[in-house]
Amino acid sequence: VTPPDVRTYLDSATVAPLHPAGREALLAALDEGWADPRRLHREGRQARMLLDGAREALAAELGARTEEVVFTGSHLEAVQAAVLGTLKARYRVGNAVVLSAVEHSAVLHAAEHSGAAVRVGVDRLGRVDAGAMVERLGSPGVALGCLQSANGEVGTVQPVERVADAARAVGVPLLVDAAASIGHAAPPPAWDLLVAEPRAWGAPPGIGLLAIRAGTRWISAAPNADGTEKVPGTPSVPAALAAAVSLQAVVAEQKQRDAHQRALTARIRAAAALIPDTEVVGDPDDRLPHIVTFSCLYVDGETIVDELDRAGFAVGSGSACTASTLEPSHVLAAMGVLTHGNIRVGLPAAIDPAAVEAFCAELPGAVHRVRALLGADDL
Amino acid sequence: MTDEMSPNEITPNEMLLDAVGLRCPLPVIRLAKAARTAPPGTVITLLTTDPAAEPDVAAWCRMRNHHLLAQTWLDAGEGHPQTLHHTIQTLGDRSK
Repeated sequence: VTPPDVRTYLDSATVAPLHPAGREALLAALDEGWADPRRLHREGRQARMLLDGAREALAAELGARTEEVVFTGSHLEAVQAAVLGTLKARYRVGNAVVLSAVEHSAVLHAAEHSGAAVRVGVDRLGRVDAGAMVERLGSPGVALGCLQSANGEVGTVQPVERVADAARAVGVPLLVDAAASIGHAAPPPAWDLLVAEPRAWGAPPGIGLLAIRAGTRWISAAPNADGTEKVPGTPSVPAALAAAVSLQAVVAEQKQRDAHQRALTARIRAAAALIPDTEVVGDPDDRLPHIVTFSCLYVDGETIVDELDRAGFAVGSGSACTASTLEPSHVLAAMGVLTHGNIRVGLPAAIDPAAVEAFCAELPGAVHRVRALLGADDL
Repeated sequence: MTDEMSPNEITPNEMLLDAVGLRCPLPVIRLAKAARTAPPGTVITLLTTDPAAEPDVAAWCRMRNHHLLAQTWLDAGEGHPQTLHHTIQTLGDRSK
């Protein structure tokens, strides 16, 4: 079989293709914003101006004030700064971190590393038990609550507003991880700390975002921060500018893209559901527009990803063998759904409906071939 | 025994499946193959080491309408990985 020359990238839930507007901004800023933005000479001031402009634009899109926005090197660094800095500032209160069981692994690991993580369970759709989370937030010794705006693996939207109200009522700061939703849905309605993943909206790598609401107690847990930010180092000015420009572009197109993407993900959900012994997971309605996840019984995650890749389709997977850790997705396990044979689709902003049709047509045969390979096609 | 058993049945059939060292989905496939030919009410003990087997055997039981009686992690002794003992009773539609 000759490899297809047409590639369809369907793994945009975490890393989307570089947005054309962001790419253009990146290239321009490589020429104009390479200098150290802390310097007082013209070159430094020019880099500083671009950085400040990026901060202002991003703040507007995130629903934050300009001075609340902190550039980090990655989403991971933003999460660690948010969690560790809050634990440091609130050590007298306690070290418990109340979080949903389906938070990004960066949030789980940061909470477990420096505090006492209290995981709150989710239902079969992946939605946190808001009543239980509210109750846990009110118990003594809680330094921080963490709830994602929506789950990046299955797309289910979380009850942020209700949990934020409860957290505010008991005086516990809430970290909202908006990595999956920014650019695809309105910014979260309430938060004390917010983190975002610019690569998920088509920004280049090398930049992450943290916003700390004015008045929130937070002390950097790093040795020093002598750059332009509250975290160590000085960010990549070109990457920051590209993140801002691409988010503006993606948000401007979002309303008209939403219905289009929902129709395409509904199409994939329907096609997957027709494959025998396949469970489409996540909320069918109250979800992000661009994410679809399903698990096929008796299918090896790594093999199905390879099989689809050979057919020209790049997809993600939460199955153990596709992860560097060999651990299955904690999200799928917490939901009580199959972790093997998992396929995760994240539509990029620009997607040809014909490519989605081709994917839907390829899927049943690919699943059947992998099952036959494992001698499981008649089970 | 469970209340699904009729009084004149003495003990259900029992079966032991060793899937230690196998990665998912192989333990579930081995379980499904055994369950397909086992009489209804058979109690299957499945041994696994892959961490994915815990959620996946539970999900398989739900999807296939079998009864998951217990899942218990047991120490297999020094130098051996922990083993998960699953106890499943076949109750579902065997025509599937």
